Amino acid sequence: MAGHASKQIDSKTLWGGKMSPFSTSYGKLMMWFFLVSDALTFGGLLIAYGFTRHDYLGSWPIGEETFNSMPFLGHGFPLLYVALMTFILIISSVTMVLAVEAGHRMDKRGVIKWMIATIVGGFFFVGSQAWEWSHFIHGSEFGKVEIYDGSIATVHGTFGEIENFHVIVAGEHHEAGSDIIAGEHGMTQAEMMHMYQHAVAEGNVVDNVITLHDGSQAEITKMANTDVALYIKETGGEYEMGHHIEGAEAVKFYEDAVNSGDAGRIVYGANLQENEYGPQQYGQFFFFITGFHGFHVFSGVMINILILMGVVRGVYHKRGHYEMVEKTGLYWHFVDLVWVFVFTFFYLV
Amino acid sequence: MERDDIIEYSLEGHHSEEKGKQLRKTIWKVTALLTAITAIEVLMGAYIKQGDNWTWEITKWVFVALTLLKAGFIVLSFMHLGDERKTMRYVILIPYFIFILYLIFILLWEATAVGDLWTNSAV
Repeated sequence: MAGHASKQIDSKTLWGGKMSPFSTSYGKLMMWFFLVSDALTFGGLLIAYGFTRHDYLGSWPIGEETFNSMPFLGHGFPLLYVALMTFILIISSVTMVLAVEAGHRMDKRGVIKWMIATIVGGFFFVGSQAWEWSHFIHGSEFGKVEIYDGSIATVHGTFGEIENFHVIVAGEHHEAGSDIIAGEHGMTQAEMMHMYQHAVAEGNVVDNVITLHDGSQAEITKMANTDVALYIKETGGEYEMGHHIEGAEAVKFYEDAVNSGDAGRIVYGANLQENEYGPQQYGQFFFFITGFHGFHVFSGVMINILILMGVVRGVYHKRGHYEMVEKTGLYWHFVDLVWVFVFTFFYLV
Repeated sequence: MERDDIIEYSLEGHHSEEKGKQLRKTIWKVTALLTAITAIEVLMGAYIKQGDNWTWEITKWVFVALTLLKAGFIVLSFMHLGDERKTMRYVILIPYFIFILYLIFILLWEATAVGDLWTNSAV
C-alpha cells in the first residue's frame, strides 16, 4: 500500500542516492528500527520468563487456574477475562488500520472517527489491566496454604461468609460481649474480611478466636467453606507435587493452618516478596512483563491523542498526507503484537 | 536556492475509493481470522489440562504455531510490511530472527546446563 512497489526502478537509480531505496520515509524506517529493538526487549523478557518457569516445573501456576475471575461475576471463568482484553486490543488495532486506510484517501472525518475508536479501545485495555492487577494483588478469599507436613497448596472452593466477631476480651475499641458485624458502626463486609485475612496471615487466629489490632479478642462466626480442594504446588514430604486433596480432609488441613496461630502459613494476594499463586518470581514476572506492556499501551494512547489533535487541527491534511497516523499506527499494532505473545506465553502455556 | 534533497515519499501513499473498499474488505477478513484464532486458543487453554502427556505437548506447539500465525497477520497485513519493498522487509525481519534465535539458543543451552547441574549434584 505504502511505497511504490509497483513502479519499475533500475537499481542504479534506486541505490544511487537522492531517493530511498526502501521507498519509505526516514520517520517510518526509524519507527521500524525502534520496533525491532523493542521487540527484542520483550523477546528477552519472555525468554527469561521461560527459563525461570522451567526451573520450577510443576510448582509454577497454571494460567486457567490463576486467571478465572470476571468483574462482578466471581470465579469459574477460566481465561475469559484475558480473552476479552485480547479481543479489545485486536479490535483497537483494527480501528487503527482503518484510520490509516482513511488517511490514504485523505478522508479527514474517517481518520478522526477511527482514531477516537482506537483511543477508546486503548483506555478500555489499560482499565482492564488495572482491574486485573488489583485482583492479582488482593488475591482470593482463601489464599495459599502451608499444610501440616510443610506442603504448599493453592486453595479452591467457595468461601463461607463471615457473619460476626463476638468480642470476648475487651480491647481499646471494643467492649466484651459486643458483636462486630457488617452494617453497624460503619463496618462493611469487605472490612471484616480484610481484618480476618490480616489476622490469619499474621497468625492472630487461634482456635477460632481472632486477636484484633486493638488487642480485643473475639470468637469468629462464619459459614462453612464448601467444595474445598487443595492443589499441592510444593511438596513437604507427604504429598506429591500436583496432587489434589479434596473433601473433609482438605477442609480440615486448611482450617488447621488458619487456626494454628503461626504467621505466614496462609499467604493472600501478591506483592514482590510473595504471592498466593506460586513462586516469588512468578509475581515479579507478572508485574514486570504485563506492567511494561501496559506502559507501552498507555504511551500509545497518549501518542494517539496527540496525533488525533493534529488531525483535528488539519495539520496533516494541509501537509497533503497522513503519514503521522501511519507511524503511530505502526507503534499501536506493535503493542497488539506484543500482547499476542504475552497472552500465549504468560496465560496459555 | 531550491533544495533538491527533500523528497516526499509518503505522497505515494494514497489510494482511490475502490482500492479503499477492497482494502477494508481484507482488513475485516483478517479481523475475523484473528478473533477466531484467539477464540480457539482460549477454548484450548480452558479445557485442555496441563500435564506430562502428549496431549499437552501437542497443545503447547499448537499454541506457538497459532501465535506465530497471528503475529504474521498483524505484521504483514496491519503493519503493511507485506506491501513494503522486499529489501526493507528483509532488513526488518532477518536481524530480528537472527537475534531472537540466538536468545532462544542461549535459553536452551543454559537451561540444559543448569538442569544437569541440579539433577547431578547431591542436595
